[in-house]
Amino acid sequence: MANEKIPPFLLEPPPVLPASPPLRPKPATQRWKKRLLFVCMGMFLLAGVGWATSPRPKLLRDTDSISIDRDSTMVSVAAQIDLAMDDAIAAKELHQASRADWRTVGRRISLALIGNGLSLEEIRVLEQVPEDERALWWTEYLLRDRRSSDYLAERWTRATVGTNNGPFLLFRRRKYVDWLADHFEKNSPYDQLVRDILTAKGSWTDSPQVNFLTATMDDADNSKPDVIRLAGRTSRAFLSQRIDCLQCHHDYLGKVSFSNELNVPLESRTGEQADFHQLAAFFSGVRMDNPFVGLRNSAPQYTYTYLNEDAESRVEPNVPYRRDLLPAAGDARHRLASWVTHPENKAFARATVNRMWGVLFGKPLIEPIDSIPISGPFPPGLELLSDDFAKNGYNLHRLIKTIICTEVFQRDSRIGDEPVDAEHEAHWAVFPLTQLRPEQVAASIHQACRIKAIDESSSILSQLELFGGVNDFTKAYGDRGEDEFEAQSVTIPQRLLVMNGAYVSERIQNNPVANAATRIAELSSNDPTAVESAYLSTLNRNPTGEELDAFCDRLRDTRGMSRSQAMSNIFWTLINSTEFQWNH
Amino acid sequence: MAAGGLLGQGMLTRVAERLAMASESRNAENLGAKNLIILWMQGGPSQLETFDPHAGSAIGGETKAIATSAPGVMIANTLPRTAEIMHRATLVRSLVSKEGDHERATYNMKTGWRPDPTLIHPAIGAVLCHQTENNIEIPRHISILSNEWPARGGYMGSVLDAFQIGDPQNPLPNLKSYTDPLVFETRMNDLRDVVEKEFRRGRLRDLDQAKTLHEASTVRARTMMASEQIKAFDISLEAANIIQSFGDTPFGRGCLAAVRLIEQGVRCVEVELNGWDTHIDNYSLQSKRCEVLDAGLHALMTQLEERGLLKQTIVMCGGEFGRTPKINVAGGRDHWPTGFSTFLAGGPFRAGHVHGQTTHEALVKGKDPITGVRDAMKVEDLHATLLHAFGIDFSKELQTPIGRPLTLSAGKVVQSLFV
Repeated sequence: MANEKIPPFLLEPPPVLPASPPLRPKPATQRWKKRLLFVCMGMFLLAGVGWATSPRPKLLRDTDSISIDRDSTMVSVAAQIDLAMDDAIAAKELHQASRADWRTVGRRISLALIGNGLSLEEIRVLEQVPEDERALWWTEYLLRDRRSSDYLAERWTRATVGTNNGPFLLFRRRKYVDWLADHFEKNSPYDQLVRDILTAKGSWTDSPQVNFLTATMDDADNSKPDVIRLAGRTSRAFLSQRIDCLQCHHDYLGKVSFSNELNVPLESRTGEQADFHQLAAFFSGVRMDNPFVGLRNSAPQYTYTYLNEDAESRVEPNVPYRRDLLPAAGDARHRLASWVTHPENKAFARATVNRMWGVLFGKPLIEPIDSIPISGPFPPGLELLSDDFAKNGYNLHRLIKTIICTEVFQRDSRIGDEPVDAEHEAHWAVFPLTQLRPEQVAASIHQACRIKAIDESSSILSQLELFGGVNDFTKAYGDRGEDEFEAQSVTIPQRLLVMNGAYVSERIQNNPVANAATRIAELSSNDPTAVESAYLSTLNRNPTGEELDAFCDRLRDTRGMSRSQAMSNIFWTLINSTEFQWNH
Repeated sequence: MAAGGLLGQGMLTRVAERLAMASESRNAENLGAKNLIILWMQGGPSQLETFDPHAGSAIGGETKAIATSAPGVMIANTLPRTAEIMHRATLVRSLVSKEGDHERATYNMKTGWRPDPTLIHPAIGAVLCHQTENNIEIPRHISILSNEWPARGGYMGSVLDAFQIGDPQNPLPNLKSYTDPLVFETRMNDLRDVVEKEFRRGRLRDLDQAKTLHEASTVRARTMMASEQIKAFDISLEAANIIQSFGDTPFGRGCLAAVRLIEQGVRCVEVELNGWDTHIDNYSLQSKRCEVLDAGLHALMTQLEERGLLKQTIVMCGGEFGRTPKINVAGGRDHWPTGFSTFLAGGPFRAGHVHGQTTHEALVKGKDPITGVRDAMKVEDLHATLLHAFGIDFSKELQTPIGRPLTLSAGKVVQSLFV
């Protein structure tokens, strides 16, 4: 029963609608043409449904060209990560979950890379791929889809530029996102990307990466960016070092520590105010004298009055650790960029790995996501992935695929019927439960209520409906801003929005053209098939025996509008569940 | 900080010890205020066109000053009705901040902290709800007509985010099921007994309470849908003359809704009036906004007084900054965070009192604008003062999610604002 497919509906005759009584008698040819038109439209509609729900639907575009990257080094790294994780789990004497259903894994990949769950159409396509290849195949497919570049670019923009609107005249967020998306699509080496950002100059419209700097500027004083904000952001986004507290005082809480150069016994020293301001000094030469020319470099000139000092001190650019990696000569920002992305500055690779892990799992390896100790200790997997990432040219696509290949990623979120506790999640013995982001909830609802995938090849109307709807929904649901990985729980307004809001009701009500609920209700050959299709569309899994019985009961002996209503109720129930609104 | 405190206590003399204990009890003492209404003027209302006119001076523009019910206190002629209730208000004319950007300054004024990339601070309404308890079936933190930057729970949790609504004359969004009660009941039962039951299997013990709060929020949402208390949002239940007194504007209606919600037990209501960002045509645009504010503020204060709520409710009216003393070439005023005004009333605040003063010195070339502000009051001091008025010990530290202990405010209480 779990594998029963929806049979093609082309076999069932389409309904022939009676003609309306004419105001005046029409010629016979006109009546005939009208009937033929209705028949053609009906055939077309049924063909579309049949195509989308038949056991052998047309493949998504370009699927023939997808080949799985069988790089043995990637597989080897994934295996080593699993081994390290397994050792840590065994040391805690925990049980670990077995592999999750492939549809659940597919859902995780889709949520991470494009922001919504699988469509029924996509599930049907994946059924035709050998099961042990589905995860990687789907990843390959999505990485070639512009949606993933756009979505990852948006997530990365939050981390590098924030969610503020920025100065109205000097900042173009959309250009920055698009620039990032272009590079993600091309899989540009990430270290080069970051160097381009840190050394950006010119106009923020012609050189979109300049927006990293102009985002910190003030409309009231548009001569230079805010070096304090840039220092903090550079440190957090690219190195996962939270040194913002050092802006005002030395670190008396022992939260920030730096190691000495390599090859000497590792000693930590606590952070000092100078560490922060010396980093800020790298940006102090950036100027905008002419808005038509944009940002340009001049010699750094930065002074600051340290705590308990009476006079300002001149601050020279310097880095807080591994000073041996900082080039002695050159433009200040180029020196900084070289240091940040130096292969021996392992914080760079770790920061990227931690963020990508967070995007894929919903939870980073180390929390907070932008605070990784320089000298460790590091959780299992972080160093392995970081070293591999650096060794392979900072290849983001490879990083994504490596993580997805791990057993850890494909693990179930529960262990049979045995209750799990926080320790299981903390040690990755189960896949963690994390709340979907607002745009993921919105896009998932939209996709679940359509049978076909909403992608680039969808009609512009469908995309606009998705885009506009997602924006309005996200605003009402509440955007978390930059603290997207902080654990949050559901709120009453969020529940009211999904329970009673128009966004959901419009997508599950009776609408045989657009809504999956109606089409499944009308065209499924029997009740169990209808319930299974509903579950696959929304939760991306098959119902259990108990769930199947319960919802078949709701559909029993229903016809027409009452059947459509019953299916709407099922869709509402599934969409309003914890399971739908959380990643697991 | 904590270590220093412990050390300090060990070294206190007997007298100092008694003084410290007295101070501690004063911190914990309830000064009578329970509720907060914030009339939020988004965009930066001009202090010179509202509560701090300099009529006839080089910076005064077209605005005239009028006498008020508070002896010796003059405000702009754009607020004639507000002038009648100034004897109940405390006026702060010397607020200063370091934020000249709308978003950052809004954050600063709503939370009492400057934006920090590592932490989202809670808005003062969220702090009030977090630190106090009362059991009502509708949200305790509400924001009416909020636009871009609503009040948030920050590190205290999204459960303390302000519940947002629009113009109160419209039905509350998402509070009514669009299906009939029987269908809704069936849906809810299937959700609870079929789908959630399966999802709970094999997961965290007490999954909902320990982690998601999904089912708990569903129950509370349902309770709110059926609650009589949602009538507090319905201003049409008021007498026509009362509705009229607030003005026929969304803001006016929001102010009336705020009174009703406070009456019902809501702890903090924010009502927004935007459109104050007058970089061009300052006098005309500010005057138009003042017309709306004037009716709403006057009626709000009147109704709070008549319903016996003013003693336990603090009213705060202001924006994220003020506007420049100098008028620009387009007849506008630009952003000015060095000497701007906030109106306070209710609770323990001293009626008819003015704190601080701005002078023309700010205009003198080469001088730091702060020299034009007497008795300057920082935004964090305003927040410390407000929290103190609610009997909240703002100096106690909470552990934030980033592992950093943080007090509720970094400011100092301005005692002269109290009776």
